[in-house]
Amino acid sequence: MSAASPAIEPQLTTGTIVAKTPRRFVLARRTIITPILLSLLMIAIALLTMMTGSRPFNQVIIDVFLRVILVVGLYVFIGNSGVLSFGHIGFTCLGAYVAAWLTINPIMKKMAFSGLPGWLIKAQMPYWEAAIIAAIFAGLAALIFGRILMRLSGIAASIATFAMLAMINTIYSNWETVTGGTSSVVGIPIIRSIWPYLIAAIISIFIAWAHAISRSGLALRAARDEPTAAAASGVDIPRERLVAFVISGAIMGLGGALMAHSIGVVTPDTFYLGLTFITIAMLVVGGMGSLSGGVIGVVFLSALIQTLRWLEAGVSIGDVAFAIPKGLQEIALGIIMIIILALRPAGVFGNREISLTRNRGD
Amino acid sequence: MLQILFDALSLGSLYALGALGIALIFGVMRLVNFAHGDVIAFCVFALLWPSTDAMAIVFAGQLPWYLLVPFVLFCGAGLSVLCEIVVFRRFRNANPATMMIASFALGFVIRYFLLMLFSSRPKSINLLPELSQPVEIFGARLPLLQLITIIATMLILIGLTVFLRRTRFGLEMRAAAENFSMARMLGVRANRVIMGAFALSGALAGAIALIFVAQTGTADIQMGAAIMLMAFIATVIGGLGSLAGAVLAGFLLGAASVVMQVMLPIDARPFRDAFVYGAVILVLLFRPQGLISARGTKERV
Repeated sequence: MSAASPAIEPQLTTGTIVAKTPRRFVLARRTIITPILLSLLMIAIALLTMMTGSRPFNQVIIDVFLRVILVVGLYVFIGNSGVLSFGHIGFTCLGAYVAAWLTINPIMKKMAFSGLPGWLIKAQMPYWEAAIIAAIFAGLAALIFGRILMRLSGIAASIATFAMLAMINTIYSNWETVTGGTSSVVGIPIIRSIWPYLIAAIISIFIAWAHAISRSGLALRAARDEPTAAAASGVDIPRERLVAFVISGAIMGLGGALMAHSIGVVTPDTFYLGLTFITIAMLVVGGMGSLSGGVIGVVFLSALIQTLRWLEAGVSIGDVAFAIPKGLQEIALGIIMIIILALRPAGVFGNREISLTRNRGD
Repeated sequence: MLQILFDALSLGSLYALGALGIALIFGVMRLVNFAHGDVIAFCVFALLWPSTDAMAIVFAGQLPWYLLVPFVLFCGAGLSVLCEIVVFRRFRNANPATMMIASFALGFVIRYFLLMLFSSRPKSINLLPELSQPVEIFGARLPLLQLITIIATMLILIGLTVFLRRTRFGLEMRAAAENFSMARMLGVRANRVIMGAFALSGALAGAIALIFVAQTGTADIQMGAAIMLMAFIATVIGGLGSLAGAVLAGFLLGAASVVMQVMLPIDARPFRDAFVYGAVILVLLFRPQGLISARGTKERV
């Protein structure tokens, strides 16, 4: 990866600002094609949806964009640090509830969340402001949890992040007066247009790219590939991990807020194991160490899920109606995932990114 | 007081058995097996005849206990070995994250297979009703079942220890857990050891299924997941790859849950699990390598 390529390595060791600035631009120019291509892919999908103009399909594409945001958020931490985190959906949960607190009509809010402070009950703001605050809130939560968790590494860190997810879920499921407990929170304004989701997805792709080529991102990837060597060259691993954790937490929070607006209902269990596993699976199938892999993993698996759903609902070829039995959709999805992983254990993309020039391994 | 002790021990038994099932496979393959919970669920539903009705049609569950127990253990072992042959064999050299996701995908397949046959509604089944009668020991009234759970767990643990320490197969398995490639060079057959580990782990899943169904009287597709997650946590805080650590941590987790249930103020009780998970994070901070760290999992530079 990047740490091994000679053009980048000096930055990690030389501290002079004069020498750094031009190289940073070279690196940016060389890699910017990846987020641009991925954004074009997103825009192409959006335009295609506009042309078909069907409502259910619209919702499917919104889900794709939301998952892109979540998986990109996961990539920022998991992809760059190499530490598998099961806890990120917790930040999505935090973000979704912040969106609920800030956008639901105050009269309804007073009934649903009696325990909220008065100023929060009175607050009602447009969804995008709420989404930004949700991202900041999730980022802050990630900062607090990260201070503790980032001292761990390997499987211990994965389990600790999982414990964090379970903690958030338990608290949000039981703190009735503030979160409404396990019952669904209704009344969140629903945004049906695909554009806000598209823009948020593109923004998160660019944030992930900017982080990956930043000093911190490079140091973190160096630490992922060669922890001992990186630490010996002065990389403060817990600190770089914390930076990635906070950024990814904020992206997850943004995704959570928008998810709340896409379905209009939130419950703590929406943001638990099911979502955790499907998003991690998308990242791993696409290629854990690659931004392109994550995004294309989402598009690919979402397309697969949708096709199987259509088959389940029944399609007619000629005059023969044909439908696969209910439940087979998930089974087929699982089997296909196993086959992909068996054939390409590092995911479809591995550590590579898509670009127009020949791939140099990063 | 005695009641609390027995509650803690019987909950801990479930976690310890689950943790053992995960640790056995992790030891030989470095695979964190997320499908374990679904193997447990499969064993439960093996007792029933496939139907989507709310009332369970008990099929194999009607067998007398001396046939029932081997049947369920065999179901678990069989399914587990089948998973190994069909799926995990192809992932021997994959990195841990890939294996984890593959095992999750496999669990997904098993779960939805069960869902297709049985629907997602929890079913009530009354397995071995004579076990729910209370017995009196040292002035505490305990369900007979709790006592049997604890005794059965102890027997399983002793049996497993003897098996691992005294038989050739156990020796091979321990050698493989410590250094797999070295063990292979010295003539341990990889496939046999790994299949043995999967069979044992599956049989343990069967044991958990029996105990759990007898305790709760319901069969629910989701039930495996709850135990598996606790067991998974127990394996890690026990020290991945260390069987003794997994058992110890399983009992500790059970004890922590029960003690917190009793000690916490009423208002905080619904948040019990949050405290348990907080304690898990604390343990990991002080001993990231687990309570009993296994040899051979330490990273060498």
